[in-house]
Amino acid sequence: MNPVHYKKIRIAVSLLFFIIALVVFLDITNTVQVPLSPWLVYLQFIPSLLKFLSIPGLAAAGFIIILLLTILFGRIYCSSVCPLGTLQDIFSFISKRLNKKKYYKKLKNYEILRYSILSATVITFLAGNLILLDILDPFSNTGKILSNIFRPLVLLLNNVIAFTFEKLNIYTFYPVEIKAVSIVMIAISSLILIIVGAMSFARGRLFCNTICPVGTLLGLISRLSFVKIAIDKNTCNSCNLCEKVCKSGCIDKKLKEIDFERCVGCYNCFSVCPSEGITFTNYFSNDNEKEIIEINLKKRDFISKTILYALSLTGLSLAQVKIIPKKKSTVPVLKKNTVSPPGSLSLSNFTGQCTACHLCVSSCPAQVLQPALWEYGFTGILQPYMDYSASYCTFECVVCGDVCPTGAILPTGAENKKLLQIGKTTFVKENCIVETEKTECGACAEHCPTKAVKMVPYKNLHLPEIKNEYCVGCGACEHACPTIPYKAIYVEGNPVHLVAKKPPSEKINGEVDLKSDFPF
Amino acid sequence: MNRRDFFKKSLQAGLLAGTTLTFGNYKELLAFSKHLPPSPFDLAAIKGGEPDVMFDKAIASLGGMKAFVKKGQTVVVKPNIGWAVSPERGGNTNPLLINRIVKHCFEAGAKDVYVFDHTCDDWKRCYSNSGIERAAKDAGAKVVSGASQGYYQNISVSSGKVMKDAKVHELILESDVFINVPVLKSHGSAELTIGMKNLMGIVWDRRFWHRNDLHQCIADFASFRKPDLTIVDAYYVMKKNGPRGISLEDVVTMKSQIIGKDIVAVDTAAARLFGADPKEIDYIKIAEEMKLGTTDLSKLSINRIIM
Repeated sequence: MNPVHYKKIRIAVSLLFFIIALVVFLDITNTVQVPLSPWLVYLQFIPSLLKFLSIPGLAAAGFIIILLLTILFGRIYCSSVCPLGTLQDIFSFISKRLNKKKYYKKLKNYEILRYSILSATVITFLAGNLILLDILDPFSNTGKILSNIFRPLVLLLNNVIAFTFEKLNIYTFYPVEIKAVSIVMIAISSLILIIVGAMSFARGRLFCNTICPVGTLLGLISRLSFVKIAIDKNTCNSCNLCEKVCKSGCIDKKLKEIDFERCVGCYNCFSVCPSEGITFTNYFSNDNEKEIIEINLKKRDFISKTILYALSLTGLSLAQVKIIPKKKSTVPVLKKNTVSPPGSLSLSNFTGQCTACHLCVSSCPAQVLQPALWEYGFTGILQPYMDYSASYCTFECVVCGDVCPTGAILPTGAENKKLLQIGKTTFVKENCIVETEKTECGACAEHCPTKAVKMVPYKNLHLPEIKNEYCVGCGACEHACPTIPYKAIYVEGNPVHLVAKKPPSEKINGEVDLKSDFPF
Repeated sequence: MNRRDFFKKSLQAGLLAGTTLTFGNYKELLAFSKHLPPSPFDLAAIKGGEPDVMFDKAIASLGGMKAFVKKGQTVVVKPNIGWAVSPERGGNTNPLLINRIVKHCFEAGAKDVYVFDHTCDDWKRCYSNSGIERAAKDAGAKVVSGASQGYYQNISVSSGKVMKDAKVHELILESDVFINVPVLKSHGSAELTIGMKNLMGIVWDRRFWHRNDLHQCIADFASFRKPDLTIVDAYYVMKKNGPRGISLEDVVTMKSQIIGKDIVAVDTAAARLFGADPKEIDYIKIAEEMKLGTTDLSKLSINRIIM
C-alpha cells in the first residue's frame, strides 16, 4: 500500500471510535448503550486491563490486542483507538484552521515528568488505589467530559426542541428531566477539558507525551517495536515537512531522527514526505529552522462561557427543588456506607476497579448513578454511586453491569439482580410523617418492589415495618419518602454485597364466580 | 399559549362558579347532543368478558362514546401506568382496554387522543412494559411523557382543604374531554387505588400528598377537574401487596369493569367489587362530605351486565 494512505486509514478508524463514543455517551434516550458500547470499550487499554484482572478471558482481552499492536507497530492506540487522542486532534485541527501558517516543531522530551506520573500511577494502582487512574485514564476522561459537560448540553438542547414543538401541540419529542446536577463534577470535567484542549490547541499531542500514563506506558513498549517509523537519510531531501506536521513533535530534523517512543502513529509524516524519506527503517540529518507562529487561544472567552454555563445549570437545579415543608424532620441521616451499584460485589472491589469513565452514569435510565465527591472517601472521588436523592434503581434494570468496561460493575443477569442486596433499609420513626403529622403516608411501602417495607397498623394508622432479609437496597423507599430535610427511611450500603431472600408469596384465593351478582 | 390560557381561565371560572357545574348535565344543554337520547343509566358494571369486549357493551349502555366525545374535540386518556410491570401483574391499566377506548374516541369524531401518566418507575420502562404505549399508538393515540416538570402548570384547588394548589399536566388543562382509566388494586397507604387516587398521576409533586394527609389530598384534588368519564379496569386485580405487587400470586382475574361519570360513585362500586367496605376508605368518605359525588348507590340507576 502507498504510505500516503496510512493517514487516511488512521483518520477513518479514529473517527469511527470517536463517533461511537459520542453516540454512546450522548444518547439521551438510553437505547444504544448496551448494544453499542462493547464496540467502543473492548480495545480501551485501561478499562480492558482492569476487567481482565477481575475476570480473565477473551471478553476482556482487548488490551492484549493493543499490546501486540504496540509491539508490532508502536502506539497505534493513541492515534486510532483512544477517543481523547481524537478529541485532541480535533482541537489541533481547529487551531490549524484558525491559523493556516501554524506548524508543529520539535518538542522537548519530558522524560522525568512522564516516567514519574507513570510510576506514581502504577504504584498507587498496585497499592489498590485508583485515584490517579480516575483522573488520568484517557478513555475515562473522555467519558467524564462527554457525560458531564456535553450530555447536559444535549439534554438542554433536546428540552428546548421538545418544548418548542409542545407549543405547537406536537409531542413527538419529549423533554428529559435532569435529575441531578453536580457543579463540582462539571468543574472537574471542564478543567480536564481545558487542560487537554489548551495543550492540544497549542502543541498537538503534548498531553499524551507528558501526562497520560497510558501514552507513557505504550511508549516504553514501543521502544521494542518491530516496525518503527524512521527517516531514510538517503532519500530525505531535508524539506522538513515531516517535522512541521508531527503532532508529537518527536522528529528531530537536525539529526534526522524520530523519537519513536513519543510517536503516536498518526502517519502525517508519510503523507507529506515528497521523497519517500519517511520509511520504516533508516536515519539521517539536516538543519533548517523556522519560527513557530504565536497562536490565539481564545482562552478567556472559553472560560467565561464555561462559567456562565455552569451558573445557569445551578439555577436550573435550584429551581427544581422547592418543596415547602409543613414540619421539618429532626433526626439527621448519616450514612455510614455509600451504596455501590448492583454487580460491584463490594465497596472495595468497586473503588479498586472503577476508572470513573461515567459510561454507567450516561447509560443509567433512572439517573440514579451519579459521580461521587466524598461519598466513597478520597480515593473514590469521581466514581459513581447510587444517589437516592436523584432517583432509585429500577428493579428490572441491569444496564450498568452490561456497559461497564472495567469490570467494576459485573453483569448480573436480570433474575439474579432482583435478589442482589446492595444495601439495607433503616427506618427513623421520629422523622416519619405518620409519627409527626399523625396522618397516613406509606410512600416508601408503595415503591418497595419486594415488600421489604410494609405498612403495619399503628395507632389507627399505618407505620412502615422493615424486613431487611428481603431488602435489595434499591432506594425506592428513600427516594419516595417525602420528609425534609432528613428522610425517615434510608438505605445504608452493604460494604460487601449480599443476597436477599426471595419475598414470600402466597397465592391469593383466585376463585371468582363470574356468574354471580355484583355486590352492589 | 392562547389556547392554554383560554382553557385555564375557563376552567378556573368554572370552578369559581361552583364545582357542580362541571359535574352537572351541561352537556345535554349543548346543541350537538340533541339527537342523542340521554342514557337511562348513571353507572354500568360488567363482568365475564375480555376488557375490550366488556367496554364495547358497557359504553353502549351509557349512550356510546358519542355521549362524551364530540366531533373535533381533543381527548386525554389517563391510565394508571405507575410501574414497570407486565399487564398480568395488575399493576397498570389493561392495554387492551386503553386500545379500545382510544378507538371509540376516534369513532366518536375526536380530533386527537392523548395518553399519558406521571409514572413512579422510569417512565419509558413503564410505558413499554405495561403494553400501553404500543396499544395506544396502535389505536392512533399520541403517547406523551409525564416525566418532565415543564409539562405541569400551576392551578389552584379552590375547594381544597389541605391542598390549595398543584401543578397539573397541561394535557388535562388543554383537552376538551378527560377520560380517567384507573386499575382497581390494593394500596398500602390509601387502602385501594381506583378513580380518585389515579388522579395523583396528573400532578407533579406527589410527595406533598404524602406529607399532608394523603386521604384529604386525594379528596381535595378530586374537586379540581372531575373526569368526564371514569372507567375502572378490574380485569386483573391486585388483591395484596399493592400498589406495585411482588408477583402474579398477588393477582386475581376478576374480569370486571365499572364505568360512570360520578367518580365517587364509581370508586364506591369498585371498592365493593374488590370486597372492601367503602365506608372504611377515608378519601371516599371525605369526597362525599365535600359533595363531590355520592356513595349511595341505591340512588343511582346501574346497568349490571353479566356476560
